[in-house]
Amino acid sequence: MSGLAMPKPDAEPLRRRAEIVADMRIIVPGEGVVDAANEMRAFESDGLTAYRQLPLVVVLPETVAQVSRVLKYCNERNIRVVPRGSGTSLSGGALPLEDAVLLVMSRFNRILQIDYPNRTVVAQPGVTNLGITTAVEQEGFYYAPDPSSQIACSIGGNVAENSGGVHCLKYGLTANNVLGIEMVLMNGEVIRLGGSHLDQEGYDLLGVMTGSEGLLGVVTEVTVRILKKPETARALLIGFPTSEQGGQCVADIIGAGIIPGGMEMMDRPAIHAAEDFVHAGYPLDVEALLIVELDGPSVEVDHLIGLVEAIAYRNGSTTCRISQSEQERLSFWAGRKAAFPAVGRISPDYYCMDGTIPRKELPRVLAGMRDLSEKYGLGVANVFHAGDGNLHPLILYDANVPGELDKAESFGADILRLCVEVGGVLTGEHGVGVEKRDLMPAMFNQIDLDQQMRVKCAFDPNHLLNPGKVFPQLRRCAELGRMHVHRGQVAFPDIPRF
Amino acid sequence: MTTFTPSSSAETLPTIQWAAAEETPLEILGHGSKRGIGRPLQTEHTLDLSKLTGITLYEPAELVLSAKAGTPLAEIEQLLAENGQQFAFEPMDYGPLLGGELGQGGKNGTIGGVLASNLSGPRRLKAGAARDHILGVAAVSGRGEAFKSGGRVVKNVTGYDLSKLMANSWGTLAVLTDVTFKVLPAAETEVTLAIRGLLDEAAVAAMALALGSSAEVSSAAHLPERIAARVAGGKHGSDAATLLRVEGFGPSVVYRIEALRKLLGKAGPLEEIAGEASKTIWRDIRDCRPFADSGTRPVWRVSMAPSEAHHMVMALRMQAAVDAFYDWQGGLVWLSMREDDPEADLLRGLIRKHGGGHATLVRASAPHRAALPVFEPPPPHLAALSARLKAEFDPKNILNPGRMAPGAGSATLVQSTEGAAS
Repeated sequence: MSGLAMPKPDAEPLRRRAEIVADMRIIVPGEGVVDAANEMRAFESDGLTAYRQLPLVVVLPETVAQVSRVLKYCNERNIRVVPRGSGTSLSGGALPLEDAVLLVMSRFNRILQIDYPNRTVVAQPGVTNLGITTAVEQEGFYYAPDPSSQIACSIGGNVAENSGGVHCLKYGLTANNVLGIEMVLMNGEVIRLGGSHLDQEGYDLLGVMTGSEGLLGVVTEVTVRILKKPETARALLIGFPTSEQGGQCVADIIGAGIIPGGMEMMDRPAIHAAEDFVHAGYPLDVEALLIVELDGPSVEVDHLIGLVEAIAYRNGSTTCRISQSEQERLSFWAGRKAAFPAVGRISPDYYCMDGTIPRKELPRVLAGMRDLSEKYGLGVANVFHAGDGNLHPLILYDANVPGELDKAESFGADILRLCVEVGGVLTGEHGVGVEKRDLMPAMFNQIDLDQQMRVKCAFDPNHLLNPGKVFPQLRRCAELGRMHVHRGQVAFPDIPRF
Repeated sequence: MTTFTPSSSAETLPTIQWAAAEETPLEILGHGSKRGIGRPLQTEHTLDLSKLTGITLYEPAELVLSAKAGTPLAEIEQLLAENGQQFAFEPMDYGPLLGGELGQGGKNGTIGGVLASNLSGPRRLKAGAARDHILGVAAVSGRGEAFKSGGRVVKNVTGYDLSKLMANSWGTLAVLTDVTFKVLPAAETEVTLAIRGLLDEAAVAAMALALGSSAEVSSAAHLPERIAARVAGGKHGSDAATLLRVEGFGPSVVYRIEALRKLLGKAGPLEEIAGEASKTIWRDIRDCRPFADSGTRPVWRVSMAPSEAHHMVMALRMQAAVDAFYDWQGGLVWLSMREDDPEADLLRGLIRKHGGGHATLVRASAPHRAALPVFEPPPPHLAALSARLKAEFDPKNILNPGRMAPGAGSATLVQSTEGAAS
């Protein structure tokens, strides 16, 4: 574990652990409280496995009333709480704290209502992302955001992280597909934001909760929009001699008014790793490989395939295959979807980054990454949600070589700084968590961060919910609340005073 | 009475710092096109952002546009149209409904106002509202602190989404100085399929059927008998019209309209309305043209689950004389009261009884707006949370005080909502 500072453990809950565990057993009877170290081991880390920590106690509530009571209990006693869904966060958002209750929402696993006329599903937060689609697909519907962990990740976690996926250019992120939530505040109050109607009235707290990484409240119910599955989908697999040509092709497709269902790019190292692993038939003599998927009625898809093919040739593509069957379309995707494990085969470990850049900056960022790769002596492979500029560089390293993890983390931080420098952001869909927490000042100044913390103060003034995540340094709400007024330097001396 | 008219983001900051130091409230104004919405303000001074203008970045291939908050929406929409693009969320123009000269002469709202009131239009159903397309903002809080949030890229989960927090905040948390929006290609072709003569219930069923198909209907509205004559200058007659808009590439639109014809052929007589005629209908629905009668009788904008709203309207008709039409598959109801009484308690009670939602009194006389909650009063816990947020961003209550909710010290409205479903 590298040198990441977490909040100093509070001695009081550690000292009173037995009493807290006993009280938790009263609030959540049965099997819902886990306190044995060997049983808590399963919860010691999330998808960011470089960081591990056993929690004070694991609590798995089953009802909203239990969630409310646990939070109220902890709030009154100043005990920290870390919420967790399926634990697939890639940024350490669900990393436990030694002095904190780990509130695991996995038993909230039921779909409560399916409403086809209104095209909504009401689900408990522990239902998996794919579970929603599975529940409605016999009627030809699906839930659009599809993070690659969709088989495991929970819809509550998707709300916490504002999860994306390969289809979000056309269909939006979690924030655009959630209509309402029920949630519990740290003080135990239960509130509803939105519902089965459109637009939350008042402040858009639903928008603020989406992507808040478990620091503002615990989601206990989610209402999502479902969509009818497109009639058909076909894909093009297009190779380019340079990443510039690939990038220009993407710009020209969008410039032609086409918003594909998915548009993914891979660089040479990623192409080779994927091809060696799944033998998808990818061309090996190209620098950039583009998968463009078009979905909709077949007449539309056929029309657009012709347009995209022409744009590809105009941009100097050296290979362009068009899927002629569902099987072939899936084979195009097989390599892309296996890119992470494929890279895992060629390197003992890899570290997945998640910056977003303005698309036009792709060549500059790829060149910068090559330089950094040389500087750090570590390889990097790139997969790229090309339509929306979201890069996933995979840094190759070996955790068994002393110092390599630190080197990989520094390399990653440099890549993200580069993303910010060209007008992009630190994280497109994986979240800040603990991983990118200390990089926040690269993008925000202290005043910017203060405003975000003020939201935190309105929801959780004691900073008890998921501390140590997102903010490099949490300032006390009382300190943030002070107004700094300099009466001697008033800008409009000629205006009458009252 | 002073009106501050900054022409740069930097000039905006000292005005708000001054107001915060003096604890003197400001009315935050763009074009004033939505000034008649919300509780009436009684502020000594005004911060007029209509000179804070200019499109600062537009990269069509990157699908992104940035502008100063006071930039006229009309100017931006014209530039987008010249490049074959648009705001997919189709922001409405309140000018026709709220009337007066503010509705005309190009002063139909600023881009900052679009976000501050979270505007949208008929395509809301498929494409979302302003809050779904905002990428980043720069703003000055009521503390006199200039801050930014978000960025210029679509995929961004770095820190809290304060840009969305600005949506529908009506200038009560911070003053927007710069906004960055996602823009999208405008559809090449648009055709509207109209089913004529349906009653509300059958219309809602037909719209649900259409939206549940793979025809990718982008908008669905129902204009009951007589109301139909109040769009497009009456050229489509007064029979009830249930309207389904299909947009996209030509061959696809033809195919999807045909699919809808097959699906809905038995529902009633069908008509196709294409091109400009279709655009005119949707613009009139967007802007609530059927109730733009230069009057002041109360008009409500109600959002509910699509399958429930018409039941609420039927129940309301038993007790009050109203005209109504539906957008968003039936989920958005525009209600025009025939008498002067807005019937707020009656309406909001019926909304709660029919599955919940919210009602905004978008047109009413100033005394009504002062006496009644214009915006749906939140249940107590949510009201308290919203008040805490307001206090964090604007502790001296200097930004549009009282416009959305009564300020501290006046708990009457919160109390009147007790018993509301939470």
